Amino acid sequence: MLSYSIKRLGLAVVIVSVAMLMLFSMIYLIPGDPAAVALGPRATEAMREALRVKMGLDQPIWVQFWNFFINAWQGDLGNEVLSDRPVATVVLEQLPYTIALILGGISWSVALGIPLGCWAAVKRGSWADRLVGVLSVAVIAVPSFVVAIYALLVFAVTLQWLPAIGAGEPGDLGDQLVHLLLPSLAVGLGWVGYIARMVRASMLEVLEAQHIRTARAFGLPDRMITYRYALTIAILPTVTLLGVGIGQMLSSAVFAEIVFARPGVGKLVYDAILTRNYPLVTGTVLVTTVIFVLLNLVADLIVGALDPRVRSRF
Amino acid sequence: MYAAASDPKRARLAAVQRLLREPLGVFGVTLVVLMLFGAIFADWLSIYEPNKISPRDRFQGPSWDHLLGTDQLGRDLFSRVLHGGRIALSVALFSTLASLVIGIVLGLIAGYGPRWLDNLMLLFFDSIKSFPTVMLALALVTLFGPSLTAVVIVVVLVNVPGYARIIRTQTLALKESEFVTAALSMGASTPRILRVHVMPNVVGPLLILASMDIPVVIAIEAGMSFLGLGVRPPTPSWGAILNDGFTAIRDTPWIVLAGGLPIIITTLGFTFLGETLRDVFDPRLKGRG
Repeated sequence: MLSYSIKRLGLAVVIVSVAMLMLFSMIYLIPGDPAAVALGPRATEAMREALRVKMGLDQPIWVQFWNFFINAWQGDLGNEVLSDRPVATVVLEQLPYTIALILGGISWSVALGIPLGCWAAVKRGSWADRLVGVLSVAVIAVPSFVVAIYALLVFAVTLQWLPAIGAGEPGDLGDQLVHLLLPSLAVGLGWVGYIARMVRASMLEVLEAQHIRTARAFGLPDRMITYRYALTIAILPTVTLLGVGIGQMLSSAVFAEIVFARPGVGKLVYDAILTRNYPLVTGTVLVTTVIFVLLNLVADLIVGALDPRVRSRF
Repeated sequence: MYAAASDPKRARLAAVQRLLREPLGVFGVTLVVLMLFGAIFADWLSIYEPNKISPRDRFQGPSWDHLLGTDQLGRDLFSRVLHGGRIALSVALFSTLASLVIGIVLGLIAGYGPRWLDNLMLLFFDSIKSFPTVMLALALVTLFGPSLTAVVIVVVLVNVPGYARIIRTQTLALKESEFVTAALSMGASTPRILRVHVMPNVVGPLLILASMDIPVVIAIEAGMSFLGLGVRPPTPSWGAILNDGFTAIRDTPWIVLAGGLPIIITTLGFTFLGETLRDVFDPRLKGRG
């Protein structure tokens, strides 16, 4: 297990490094002079030259990359162009909003997906099972930004049950939760389908197991067998599935933040693109990529701990 | 099944019959045919020019004159939706084809080539997949600028690692098989072995997976166009229509409805069709994703 963990961790470090190299070459390839873009058309040549030296653009490319690489590993992602604040600070300010959104999405998907999957497994082969199956595929298929816009249209604009924009008053937890309901539904709805399918499949497996049959033979009530004995085991694979899910929810979160005008890393990177704030774009992409890689690492380590076959594959 | 193995034509016919016996498959086929019909005959079906601006008719609700209403420039939304289908379809087909070709070539190289190259390529695939999709798209748009090219590049980058991996795994297995060894001993060249003995055996499952990815590709195009990072105005695209309608969602909700419904119809249609096809053709793939 230790050797597997070390190898898997090493792979994660290499992947992040390659991702950094790709991002760096991207900035380098962007047409136009970053200093000129940052200062606007009215800057003098001397001002541009000064900024170029400050940003290190006068040095050879391999020195630039090495500096970028070393600084990024130390958490220094440079300063953003508009307010000259450190990119890392700006990103970390926005990150909690996105994390809250993703946690909300997970809550929706777990709260709806587990009961649906359970129900389908218990009523295997019935119309209920088929309905859950079709619904699962349908919610997985429909893109999250369409869900976000339609949810906004129905619940915020037409019915006016829930607020349409923002993240709520700072400090007022209730208000913030109300503002979280719709965007997190848009983020989590697709995963209701994944989780329902997963829970159904593993429930069907568990319901055939010896200890469940024993419980049946002892005459325990069906409800108790399903929820207390079978579900607690059947839920395990779902936990590892969520590790991968968070990364995909991050993509949906970008759309949800833009549609509902919520603060967060998605809105941050989108606005940065529109204002050509390139250090902020690369910084945010890098941070989210590192988070994504870390989550996959954790998920792989959990699976590795539970299943020795995965370990031997390395 | 035994008869099917000896006669591929009859096997295909039987599979189509099984597909049409599944209600979900029929539903999927109906939606897809509806979408294809609208996209192919867009010129013939739409009364108005999709890009014709008509300030007097702006923000009109759905009526017999304008089935889905008009947008902020007075353009007929029904015509724009039909022509948007062309954009969605051509982007999906072109970029899926490009990903397939690149994925197959890279997968064959990784699977059949030397070990170090294989490892290097796997690392490269893993690194690309480590970017969250939307973040990758946003980063690429800063590089290439908003355009259809950017959309195609994003789709190719998202799809290729997965396709190449599948081809690689199967090539690795086939490399050791007896008929490849036999071909080698008879002096067959590497390109010939790959083309005649490996390719036909690895492409089948990949095609099913690729067809299931089509709704994802359509969603990527629509999503990027919705953010204003895909097709440029005034090109009609479903995502662009959503973007037009989103700013006016309070007063004129029909624009958003017109942009979103075709996306839902198409993604559902292709997904239902793909799910049924997979179960019909290759039960082994059941339960993937």
